[in-house]
Parts: sequence; structure tokens; C-alpha cells
Amino acid sequence: MTVTESHTPEPADLAAAPALAVDGLEMSYVVRGTPRKILRGVTFEVRQGEAYGLVGESGCGKSTTAYAALRYLPSNGVIDAGRVLSGGEELTAMSAIELRKFRAERASMVFQDPVQAVNPVLKIGTQVAEAFQVMGQSKAEARVSALAALERVHIAAPESVMERYPHQLSGGMLQRVVIAMGLACDPTLLVLDEPTTGLDATVEAEVLDLVRELRSELNSAILLIAHNLGVIRTMCDRVGVMYAGRIVEEGTVAEVFDNPSHPYTKGLLNSIPRRGLRKTDSELFSIPGAAPPIGASLPNCTFVDRCPIATDLCRTDVPPIVQRSDGHWTRCHHVDRLDEVPEPEKVTVKYDIGTEQVIGVEGVSKTFRQRGRDVPALVGVNLGFAEGETLGLVGESGSGKSTLAKTMLGVHAPDEGGAITLRGRTMADKATSRIEESVRAISMVFQNPDSALNRAWTVRRILHRSVVKLTGVKGAAADRRVEEIAEGMQLSTRHLDMRPRQLSGGLKQRVAIARAFAGDPEVVVCDEPTSALDVSVQAAILNLLARLQNEERSSYLFISHDIGVVRYLADRIAVMYLGRIMEIGATQTMFEGVNHPYTEALLSAVPSVDGVAENRIPLTGSIPSPANPPPGCVFHTRCHRAIAGLCEVTEPELVELSPGHSIKCHLTVEQLNEPIKADVVATLS
Amino acid sequence: MLRFILRRLMLAFVTLAFLLVIVTLIPNIAPGDPARKIAGGTASPERLMQVTESLGLRDSVLTQLQKLATSVFTLDFGDSFSVAAGEPVMSLVWSALGNSAKLVILALIVIVPLSVLGGLVTAYKKDTWIDRTIINVGIAFSAIPDFVAGVFLLAFLAVPVDFFKVQAAAPPGSSPLVQIQHLLLPVIAVLMVYFGYIARVTRAGTITALDSDYARTAFMRGLSIPQVFRKHIARNALQPTVAVLGTQLGYLFGGMVALERVFGYQGVGNLILRAVDRADYPVLRAGVLAVAVIYMLATLSADLLIAYMNPRARQSLGDN
Ligand SMILES: Nc1ncnc2c1ncn2[C@@H]1O[C@H](COP(=O)(O)OP(=O)(O)OP(=O)(O)O)[C@@H](O)[C@H]1O
Ligand code: SF4
Ligand code: SF4
Ligand SMILES: [Mg+2]
Repeated sequence: MTVTESHTPEPADLAAAPALAVDGLEMSYVVRGTPRKILRGVTFEVRQGEAYGLVGESGCGKSTTAYAALRYLPSNGVIDAGRVLSGGEELTAMSAIELRKFRAERASMVFQDPVQAVNPVLKIGTQVAEAFQVMGQSKAEARVSALAALERVHIAAPESVMERYPHQLSGGMLQRVVIAMGLACDPTLLVLDEPTTGLDATVEAEVLDLVRELRSELNSAILLIAHNLGVIRTMCDRVGVMYAGRIVEEGTVAEVFDNPSHPYTKGLLNSIPRRGLRKTDSELFSIPGAAPPIGASLPNCTFVDRCPIATDLCRTDVPPIVQRSDGHWTRCHHVDRLDEVPEPEKVTVKYDIGTEQVIGVEGVSKTFRQRGRDVPALVGVNLGFAEGETLGLVGESGSGKSTLAKTMLGVHAPDEGGAITLRGRTMADKATSRIEESVRAISMVFQNPDSALNRAWTVRRILHRSVVKLTGVKGAAADRRVEEIAEGMQLSTRHLDMRPRQLSGGLKQRVAIARAFAGDPEVVVCDEPTSALDVSVQAAILNLLARLQNEERSSYLFISHDIGVVRYLADRIAVMYLGRIMEIGATQTMFEGVNHPYTEALLSAVPSVDGVAENRIPLTGSIPSPANPPPGCVFHTRCHRAIAGLCEVTEPELVELSPGHSIKCHLTVEQLNEPIKADVVATLS
Repeated sequence: MLRFILRRLMLAFVTLAFLLVIVTLIPNIAPGDPARKIAGGTASPERLMQVTESLGLRDSVLTQLQKLATSVFTLDFGDSFSVAAGEPVMSLVWSALGNSAKLVILALIVIVPLSVLGGLVTAYKKDTWIDRTIINVGIAFSAIPDFVAGVFLLAFLAVPVDFFKVQAAAPPGSSPLVQIQHLLLPVIAVLMVYFGYIARVTRAGTITALDSDYARTAFMRGLSIPQVFRKHIARNALQPTVAVLGTQLGYLFGGMVALERVFGYQGVGNLILRAVDRADYPVLRAGVLAVAVIYMLATLSADLLIAYMNPRARQSLGDN
């Protein structure tokens, strides 16, 4: 990684006080009259020009720390001890007026969801200008500055954006707007809380590029919170790993990610598929247990209940800070025994994939009619699922992934001429007119289990209903089947009698998966099943999906924007763009050989936790509207390899390059192998 | 936007037509003989016949409906029978509407700022004693029926304190100030009923807005609390309040029957009640229709105001 080197602080910076210093911060939230501890002594520094990352499971106090960095407390938050300083001034001792001045002129914060972060009832221009008005500019001056700020974040057509309302912009554009507002004061401290979590991989990459570019321009200090460790690795110089309101390990990103020195960090890193790990190689590690709830009284090492190498010492004594190398430390009694932290288990079972096609998607197109216009959401899609096979489906949002899933499920009927087949026989278009066997054959797991499960019912009742409805088994036999399924999902009988809201996100997703398997389906459509979950919970769900598949011999259509996860689980991958399959092939092939230019760009956008600096191919502009697809190759408007005179005229066919690997592009393998012109590549360093 | 207004007006017409049918039917299906009620128990059969005739009740229901519809368009409902025998119905309705309007407008002037302020303060001070006190007082008051509140006010304010008047209607020819002085007690009674309700709606909307990331962004930008409220919270938080006010306005016009009684005030509610009492069907029909029209206008204006406040609502209105 060259990132760390290129940002070595200048001598002048070293002399200056850090842009942010959090010193022994302890905080509580008062819930129903009782203060509940959330931060238990957080200490770290972000120097000028430095980017510092905070990682850790949901609820460990990352956002609380971020707010505290600007001394913004929720109304029920209390600081119990500790100080927060910026440039040597103590925020925790500032008056309300000083604090407002500090926020207006020296610090900014960007939130996770740009849609929520802008006021829905005010025009973009008004809101951006306001950021300049608080610094004392007149209305007219502020408008000029606002326009310049929008230009600075490379937003397309800034004048027209000024006049628009938030709901008229895409998520990526809004995040640019929010960043533009955040940069208004040329902040010395910029706090970003999950700035790209809600965005597509390609948009995420663009936003990160922007932050990187602005950072070298501004020399401001950045505090970045992200649950995607790859983002932290590519963006930050140093990282702090947080657990239950305390930083347990800190160091440069290279040190911490390549030489993790705390059992928790090791666990986190082992739970994501790294270095091209596949399900055929090894399981993912899942940290046992769950993070403690807020306010829990914890033993001296907060991690002891989940730590595989804990001893009694960890309960009785506060773990010491152990220096690993310059600036890299960990808070653990047993650093010498880190090797004993179990590695993910090697997979011994063989995944074998049947040869017969179970479910087929044959020539399926789907055209919606919207205000008298045809909107083709799917165009001539052909796919087949063999027994026990996982087909990964990737593509930006709006590319038609969910429409394909819904058409398979019979929510939408495909256009004339296309069909979904079950073992060669055509199924009825709509689920309502499908015979029982066909309904059973395809089931679904959604991204958000909350909206998918009936909240008023117990888990037992939810599963029972699916069993009865899908298999026709009744009475005691159905009860038995429910318990069998639950056991297969590692849900205990205790969980069976709970209602969804009493369960954690991971458990809820297990229930949703259990329900999907109730009818012995041939294909389970998984639409982003883990993207709302913590990495460790995600690991457990992915392990479960892999195991179930092998036992039940069902196939998966696995939709995800996380390429690492798709690579881990999928046997084949299909890439979609504007309703068309642009490339399809075995996972191995997709990551080794030539790719369709779109795939090439998608893959280059993935921030890797392994820190391999890659050349990113930016996908300029946004995905065109399916209502108005470009002529010729639909990708030509954004293609870095497009051939003028050909690509915008003729639509290419899907061509088989090698057995099972097809791409929809005019270029030959030789042409695709040519290195890309340097000017289109954004270098990460 | 224009399409939205047209659609809403269409809808209002349909509702009105429906109501017209119901109102037409009332005397036809009401228990007892309306003519006997009007003419009195001892009236001769000829007299009864005559009254039935002039009520239009000998016509077929369809003809009655047609006549009533004509009345609506010509704003002429004929003369009153028993409430104020011989007077044109419309002049009774207009004067009652005028009285109600005075009361409602004055009430709104007092209630809206007070309860919205209450809602904003309680939201900002959420879960503190200030919040709990204001909200609980509001709840306690709104649990009291309006006429009970009215009676209490009469007993504890009007009787001992000369400034407060027992009669809500000022003597004819009084100056506006004196009129207001007379209306004070009923306004206070309405305030007691509505304060808690509106304050709670405002509080809920404000808490949502305060918890939002855009409010947080505004604070983080260094805006002061009043600035954040004015620029970012108000237009978002007050949308539910406006919607509620829109629906309650109609109620204030037609539903304050008991309160108007207590203070001897000739509002629309009182007029309708007397019309029911004395089976004065022309007055009843005109009164009910007037309240319905006001109700529709109030909700329509509330919707338009919300559309002005919220561009997304504006867009979805345009879509439909
Ligand atoms: N105002 C509040 N009152 C009470 N509890 C709160 C409040 N804000 C957050 N919490 C709780 O405090 C804990 C830590 O919250 P925080 O938002 O700091 O976590 P986080 O690390 O940012 O998590 P995530 O990754 O989910 O964003 C969570 O359990 C959360 O539910
Ligand atoms: S101190 Fe003990 S319990 Fe805590 S992380 Fe180290 S070994 Fe595990
Ligand atoms: S056909 Fe042309 S535009 Fe389309 S992907 Fe291939 S090179 Fe790019
Ligand atoms: Mg958070």
C-alpha cells in the first residue's frame, strides 16, 4: 500500500495539535431514567491530513463517537468522563456559541444515508448556500459559492441541480451534494459515518475517489466509519477497532489488517471472504455470541465472553496495552497465544453440482408500461440452474436483478415468448395460476427480514404456515417438520416461541431462510440476504446457505452487490446491465480471464481489504433509464473500450468465448486483453 | 397541481351529491310525522296536510331531490317553518355561519400558536418534566367534554369575574373588542379541548424531524436552535398538524352544539340542533349542507397547504 507513505505528515503537521483528540471519553444514554454506558473510555487521535478509520460491529458505539467528535449529543446522551479536543481547544468545555462557530467554520459531518441527510422540502441550492451563509456570506455570495461547491464535487449540471428538490436526485448525486455542503467551510475535521453504505459499488467507488481527491486538496483530517473493511483499507492511514465502547486495537491499516493482534480483529477479518476465498476452500469464521447490549456491565476484558483464548485473568484484570510495532497496539492479555484463535474450518465435503437443468429462464423479457411508454426491464434473458448450483447475479441498481427474481417467482408475468421452466416443463406465468409443485419449486429470501415476516406471529407459527401451505403436511407431522427445519437453521426451541421483533437481525434472517426452505424448493432466490447484517453474522448466514444447499440439493439465485461475497458463494456469475445479461461464466473464469468491459469496470471498483492497489476504471455518468436505452450496445455510453461507428450502431450478440463463458460485446479476446489507455484509469494512491 | 385541484373538486361534488340524497331522505324516513311536529299535536288534519304539502313531502323522493339540488344552486331554500317561522332559510344560515366563523376564527388565532408552540417545546424538551407537564395537562383537559368545560368556566370565571361574560353573543351593535370579550370563555373552552390534541400531533411531527439526519446536519453546520427550527423543522414537522387542523375546522363549525348551547350562542351547530328539534327540515337541510361544504373546503385547503410545504406531496399530487 502506498497510501500510508504518500500521506506521511509533514514536519509542520507533527508540531500542530491533532485535528481531533478524544481522550478517555465515557458516555451514556439515559433510557427510561437509567443511564446506560455506551462508550467506556475511548482514546484516539486524528492528526491533520490524516484519515482515521473506525470499525466494529453494529452497536459498538462508532456513531456515538462520531457525534462526540463534533460534540453533538443526542438529547439523552451524557458525557461521564473524558475530553474531546480539536486543534488543542477543548470542545467539551466550549460554550454553545463557540461550539456553533466551531461547527460552522472548522468541522463537518457526513451521514450514512444521503436521502435522510438533506431536508426534503428545500431546494438543493438553498441548502448548500445555507452552509456558506452560516459563515457570514450574503445570500448572493452564498449562491455563487454553492454553485462552485457543487462543481467541485463534479456533479453533472450543477445549475439545474441547484433548482431541484432532493427527491429528484439519485443517491449518488445526493451524497455528492452532502459532501459539497460538508466541505463548505474547508473543514479541518471531516467526519464521515458510513458515507457509502447505501450506495452501489460503482457509485461508492466514485464517492470514495471524490473524498480521496478532496483530501489531498484540503489537508483536512478525516474520521471515517465504515463497516466495509475494504473501504477502510483503501481510504485510511490508521484504523481503530472498536468493541463494546472501547478501542481494542489500533495501528496503520496495513499493520492491523495484515497482522491483526486482537482476537476480535482476527475474528472480524476471518469472517469476510478474503483473497478470493471460495466456499469450496473453507468456511467463514463467525465470532460466537453477540455484541453485549448497551449498558451491560462487562468484565475487565469486554470481549471475554466471545473470546476463544480467554482465561480467568481476562475477567479479573484489565488487559494491558501491548505494543506490536511502532504505533500498532492491542489491548489483550494473551497476545502470545494469538495463533490459537481458530482459523475458519477447511471444507471437507465436496460440492457437486448436478448436470440436469432444474429451473430454466428461457428467452424472458419483461416490459413494463409506464405512462404510456414501454420500459423494457428485462431483455431476452436466458439462464439455467443445475441441481445444487449457485448462480450469482451482479449489476448496479436499476439493472433488473430484482425484476428477474420477481418474474421467476411469478410476481410478474414475462412478455410473450419467454418462459420459466421446471425440469423442462413450462410453468404458468403467474404464481397464482401455478400448480402446487411449481409454487413450491421457487422460494425467496429478502434483504430485509423485518418486512418479510409477519410481526404478530411467533416463529413457530410462521414456519408452520409455510409447511402446511407448501407441503400439505398437517397436524403433528407439520409440527415435527417445523422443528426439524428450525434445527437445521440452528434455531433453538426457545427461538420458535419468540416473535420476530424479539430476534436479532441475523436470527430473523435465519427464520426467513427457514421459511424459504419449508417447501423443499428447487431454487431459492436470495435478494441481498446479508447486506443489512454485520460481517460476523453475514459469515454465519453464508455458511448456513452453503451447508443447506449441499444437504438439500437446491439451487440459488444469489443477488448481491458485494462481489467478494458473490465470489465466495457462487459457482457461476451473471452480470446484468439494463436488463440484459452482459456476461456469464464460471466464477473461476470470471476472476481470471478476459471480462466484458462492464464487468471489468465493476470488478475494478471493489475496495479490497487485502490492500492490493488496483487500477480503477471509473464508470462515468449514471446508468441510463431503461425506458430509453441507448442504441447499439446499451453499455456504449459508459464503455471505456467502445469502438466508434460500431458500438453505438449495432447491438452485439452474446458470444461464447470458452465453454460456459459468454459475453455480449463486439470485441475479440485479443482486443479485450489490450491494456486500457492510461487516461481512463484512476489510480489509487 | 391543477389536475389535483380539479380531481379534489370532482370528489367534493360526488360527496356533496351523496349527502344531498341523504339530506333529502331525512324527513322521509325520520320516525314520527314531521308535519305533526311542526304544526303541533292538536292541529287539524287539513292543517297537517297543508304542512306536509309545503314541506314537499308529498312529492316523490326524486322530485324532492331535484328541488333540493335546485335550491343548492340558487342558494334559495325557501322559508323556515318553525325555527324562525317565515324567515328565509338562507338568512338564518348566513347569520349562524357568521357567528360560527367569528368563534372559530378567534379560536384558531388563540389555539394554533399556543398548541403549536406547546408541541415544539415539548418535542425539544422530550422526556423532561416540562414535556410531561405540558402533555399531561393537555391530555387531562382534552378528556373533559367541551360543554363540561364550558359550565365550569361559567361557574368559576363568568360568575365571580365581571370581565367574563355569560353570553357569548355581544349585544347588537357592540364594537369588535366587546364581541371578542364575550367570546373569550367559549374560546378558552375550545382551547382546553384542542390544545392537548394539536400539541401532541405537533410534538410527534417535530420529534421525527428533530431526529432526522437533516436536522442533525443543520445543527452540525453551526445553525442555532431557532434557526434550525425555522428553516428545517417547521415545514417538515407541521405537515401533520395542518392536516389535523383541516379536518377539525369542519367540526368546529358544525360540531360545537353543546358549547354553543351553554353560552347561548347562535352558531351553525345550535341552528341545526334547533332545526332537528322542531323538525324544520329546510333549515336542517341547508345547515347540514353548509357544514359539509365548509368541511370540504377546509380539508382541500389543508391539502393544498401541505402540497406547498412538501415538494414530494406536490409531485405525487401532480402524478395522479
Ligand atoms: N439516543 C440514544 N438513546 C439510547 N440508545 C442509543 C441512542 N443512540 C444509540 N443508542 C444505542 O447505543 C448503541 C451504540 O450506538 P451507535 O449508533 O454509536 O453504534 P454504531 O457502532 O454506530 O452502530 P452501527 O454500526 O449500527 O451504526 C446501540 O445499541 C444503539 O441502539
Ligand atoms: S484479554 Fe483475554 S478475553 Fe480479552 S481479548 Fe485478550 S485473550 Fe481474549
Ligand atoms: S460492444 Fe462496444 S460498447 Fe459494448 S461493451 Fe463491447 S466495446 Fe463496449
Ligand atoms: Mg452507526
